[in-house]
Amino acid sequence: MKNMSRNDHATLANKFNHDEARVNWHDKTLWFVRQKRDKAAKQLPEWEQLRARASQIKAKVLSHLHEYLLEFEKNAVDNGVNVHWAETPEEHNAIVHKIICDHGVDKIVKSKSMLTEECHLNEYLERHGITVIDTDLGERIVQLAGEPPSHIVLPCIHWKKEEIGALFHQHLGTPEGNADPVLLTEAARQHLREKFLTSKVAITGVNFAVAETGEIVVCTNEGNADLGVQLADVHIACMGIEKIVPSRKDLGTFLRLLARSATGQPITTYSSHFRKPRAGQQMHIVLVDNGRSERLASDDFRNALKCIRCGACFNTCPVYRRSGGHSYHTAIAGPIGSILAPALDMKQYGDLPFASTLCGSCSNVCPVKIDIHDQLYKWRQLIVEQGYSSWQKTKGMQVLSNALTSPERYERQGKFLRWLLRKLPFLVKNKFNPWYKQRELPQVPDESFKEWYRKNRKG
Amino acid sequence: MKVGLFIPCYVDQFYPQVGIATLSLLEKLGLEVSYPLGQTCCGQPMANSGYEKLSRGCEDLFVKNFSGFDYIVSPSGSCVLHVKEHMHSQNENVSRIHNSIFELTEFLTDIIKIEKLNVSFPYKVGLHQSCHGQRGLRLSQMSELVANDFSKPEKLLSMVNGLQLISLDRADECCGFGGSFCVAEEAVSVKMGKDRITDHLQHEADFITGADMSCLMHLEGILRRQKNKARVIHIAEILNGRK
Repeated sequence: MKNMSRNDHATLANKFNHDEARVNWHDKTLWFVRQKRDKAAKQLPEWEQLRARASQIKAKVLSHLHEYLLEFEKNAVDNGVNVHWAETPEEHNAIVHKIICDHGVDKIVKSKSMLTEECHLNEYLERHGITVIDTDLGERIVQLAGEPPSHIVLPCIHWKKEEIGALFHQHLGTPEGNADPVLLTEAARQHLREKFLTSKVAITGVNFAVAETGEIVVCTNEGNADLGVQLADVHIACMGIEKIVPSRKDLGTFLRLLARSATGQPITTYSSHFRKPRAGQQMHIVLVDNGRSERLASDDFRNALKCIRCGACFNTCPVYRRSGGHSYHTAIAGPIGSILAPALDMKQYGDLPFASTLCGSCSNVCPVKIDIHDQLYKWRQLIVEQGYSSWQKTKGMQVLSNALTSPERYERQGKFLRWLLRKLPFLVKNKFNPWYKQRELPQVPDESFKEWYRKNRKG
Repeated sequence: MKVGLFIPCYVDQFYPQVGIATLSLLEKLGLEVSYPLGQTCCGQPMANSGYEKLSRGCEDLFVKNFSGFDYIVSPSGSCVLHVKEHMHSQNENVSRIHNSIFELTEFLTDIIKIEKLNVSFPYKVGLHQSCHGQRGLRLSQMSELVANDFSKPEKLLSMVNGLQLISLDRADECCGFGGSFCVAEEAVSVKMGKDRITDHLQHEADFITGADMSCLMHLEGILRRQKNKARVIHIAEILNGRK
């Protein structure tokens, strides 16, 4: 029997909850984003139709992924783009590393890409002597702090502006004690400007890859992807193989859904199409599998590949808002991360599908209608079946199941339990009972409903 | 119309008054209600913890006890949802059960179609939407969707004399009970519960009601620890006319 690590979600969430005022602030900040999303969604009477359409387009893509990928590759190559295929994160990192080495540089800029987070590209490149500068402001903040992002859209949402002021004072030399957002943003701009101007290689993520044209679409609010790419000699775009959409006209559906779901904006400030390299520039696209083909084969978990990384399920999740992104100990946190991570490593991430009340808010906020909470339930079954559950929990469940599968045992043990609670309450009213830590136990009635029924109806 | 009453295990053991209120309410409507004595539990505690395989015995018992009824009614959205969605056996009796089981408020609204109730409850009441009932069984519209509002529990509560339904800042946020989640993730579970309670109390609720006693048991545990005077009450008790 395998045991969960001590740094599982419950443990990390418990730590996060030691500062209740901070939990309140984190919860309110993200709930505000959820409310902005609601407002934006409600301005479109056709919202539910858009969701259904997006979900169907993605279903079509997933059922013909092979053909779409080949079509995309052919068109991209025709456009003069170098296309690379990587089965694993290691292959992906090695490909990117080689391209950088071929150009003889030791520092690069990178706009936001959850795929490179998934592959731990930054650590890999740093280990090989290459400095990576994240140019998304939020990502740069967590990078300076030496932390992973806590949210896929809002990477430093767990940081307060005063803390960012102190961090910038330390790293960028802003005045001590100054947390003025305008001043801090300007400092970041000046700091990043120098990096943009001197970087020969720029890495970006990919929001959508259009099979029909071989182009990629990158959505940002800061224009950092554009600036990086336009100033560099080499553009490397990294994407998971599920990012395909069949044609340009499908983008209308996804671009309308993405920003509204993510932040409540009608559209991202920049939705940039990159089709071919400028004269004298090189463009590379790295397509990564990393377990996606395997998931594609699974009826239960295939739909998770529809995800467009909007983060709406994070903002709506009552658990995420009160446990923080780092409690998920994986690059992609939140409800969607909890169904993606176990596919990569069931032992390491077997705790995540249990970090949910199965309230179902995620599935209903999801712009591509992924059945997230149902998949959480299915992951729980699989994790237990494969033996990634503690023996104590298994034993407890066997005892419970034994009591509940015989009316006689159930009644006898129920009666005994109620007697125990009345006569020897200290057995359950103690610090070893997690229920009792901050909650009273139910008051014990004299008789069960069944006992009452026998007396009053079936006399 | 033969109605089988399904009382969830923890309600049977700890909240018999909820079972009594449900039975009495259905009887007052002139229905022929019986409570099969061989029933135990729907199996959800094991299944939601990942041990669906250990819930097969409960499933068999459930089918055995509830196969002969026109309708099965239960004062719990969560347990009803479990029976509907996760009871897998492929036989005729199970599919009949899937189609004939109803949570109490949807049974009263959709099947009995009651229009009035002769009861009063002169208090300020906050309605806690249990997620499984709301999003799972669609007892009321959820805030995530762009769709018309409706609420079966609210419709019933509006028929109660003197009852003043308060509005909440977050109309349908989870309370954090979540079955084994409430102990496995104790810190977040309690924080979610405390936040729900704060929302209700800020809007001056005397009572928090709902269609699932499990959520209310969790909220009650916190309220009593806080020595708060606000109380929880299952919706069946209000609709039946609280003594």
